[in-house]
Amino acid sequence: MAYSDKVLDHFKNPKNVGTLDKSKNTVGTGLVGAPECGDVMRLQIEVDPSSNTIVDAKFKTFGCGSAIASSSLATEWLKGKSIDQALTIDNMDIVEELALPPVKIHCSVLAEDAIKAAIRDYQVKNGIEVTAEASSH
Amino acid sequence: MNKRLIYLDNNATTPTDPRVVEAMLPFFYENPGNAASRNHPFGWVAEEAVDYAREQIASLLEVDSKEIIFTSGATESDNLALKGVFDMYRRKGNHIITAKTEHKAVLDTCHKLETMGAEVTYLDVSREGLVDLAELEAAIKPNTIMVSLMWANNETGVIQDMKAIGQICEKHGVLFMSDATQAVGKIPVHPREVGVHIMAFTGHKMYGPKGVGALYVSRKQPRVKLTAQMDGGGHERGMRSGTLNVPGIVGFGKAAEIAKKEMQQDAERLSRLRDKLELALMSSLEEVYLNGTRDSRMPHVTNLSFKHVEGEGLMMTFNQNIAVSSGSACTSASLEPSYVLVALGLGDDLAHSSIRFSLGRFTTEDDIDYAIQALTQGVNHMRDLSPIWEMYKEGIDLSTVTWSEH
Repeated sequence: MAYSDKVLDHFKNPKNVGTLDKSKNTVGTGLVGAPECGDVMRLQIEVDPSSNTIVDAKFKTFGCGSAIASSSLATEWLKGKSIDQALTIDNMDIVEELALPPVKIHCSVLAEDAIKAAIRDYQVKNGIEVTAEASSH
Repeated sequence: MNKRLIYLDNNATTPTDPRVVEAMLPFFYENPGNAASRNHPFGWVAEEAVDYAREQIASLLEVDSKEIIFTSGATESDNLALKGVFDMYRRKGNHIITAKTEHKAVLDTCHKLETMGAEVTYLDVSREGLVDLAELEAAIKPNTIMVSLMWANNETGVIQDMKAIGQICEKHGVLFMSDATQAVGKIPVHPREVGVHIMAFTGHKMYGPKGVGALYVSRKQPRVKLTAQMDGGGHERGMRSGTLNVPGIVGFGKAAEIAKKEMQQDAERLSRLRDKLELALMSSLEEVYLNGTRDSRMPHVTNLSFKHVEGEGLMMTFNQNIAVSSGSACTSASLEPSYVLVALGLGDDLAHSSIRFSLGRFTTEDDIDYAIQALTQGVNHMRDLSPIWEMYKEGIDLSTVTWSEH
């Protein structure tokens, strides 16, 4: 299977790889997938509580090139967005942007789940009303 | 980036040896005859060339040339063997024994036979990839007609104890069929010596052309009969109709002749390179596991799992230059990891992390040095990206984590 240029670019130069301090209240962590399924994504956001805006996002992913590209793209999109805006990111937006083939759509689903899980973790930690569904799929 | 291309996927297919190509060329235009045309020189030349190739192949296997039936490839040979025997012997019995690590050409044919009234036992294998001989013997019943076990596995290179299996089949009077696709031309394969009665193999895994295979069918002690699966002109002693692929067969024969001469030196050289690759990766990287036994395997193959790195992702770090295969689900449309590795008892996570390296006659030491470097970099890169590697390094027991299965 040939990969799209955008997948290859994110794979070769992944954006925002790393780890945020998950003990901080301003950090939300989403860990989705399972090693047995062949992909695990950990996506973290750091939120500025005064503006409710995502100021930083990091990821680490165990998975194929499309899974890595999906999470890299998700962190790029998250930075600067409000929580409400972040919750509108749909997996099909990722599919379109990266030109993922049908067999790789689950990678985008996982990325959307990771975003929602990170936001949920942030909201639960801070006693904010949870607006992120646990898993949309 | 260095644009050299390194081919370490010889179990998928081998390059056609230039000497084979040279032998084939006169049989496209200069000698275009149909080997079944008995009444003119074009036919005679073609028939003679086919007979010669049959001798070359028979000589490699140390069998009679009349025992070689040409087909289009190993898949067809497996189908002909299993379906042909079942059709011919079903009044005697309907039970077939095979193993879970067989190639799909055998497994799916067995599944088809089940819909036609066959009863099939799929044996488990050990962690090492070997069939348990006591379990095999215990599975034989009065209605068992055939045991079908591969000589060497395509994913792990594990070689079954053919002689011991042959003795069990002999003792119980059942036919022994073997898919020897990965073994013929690379290690000594002498079916008569080990008691294999029917054996499938193909040209393109032994530096011959694609599109031509063969089935060895024993003619004496025992004389095996098969029901043809392809009806037509009655070629190949009635067992496989269809105009013979003369250039392909000529190439297949030449490949067999070269293999007979060079197999041993190839095997010695490749096992040294394979060991070098394996040793280098296992010493420079942590958590690398060998899949399948070290003691009984093909000289040119190693199958390694790089823990907490997903195989397809890893391949993407070097697949502009290096060709290998992975048992990762992501490399298959089914999204299931390799059933062969799962049958060895690897967890799905290690199966997803596996890479098969299969060296070949044209692999050089430089290729291996380059591959060692690229693999080491690739694994380190992927581990830097891997959340489960980070967790493992922090001392978290991953089996205690609640994962969101999807």
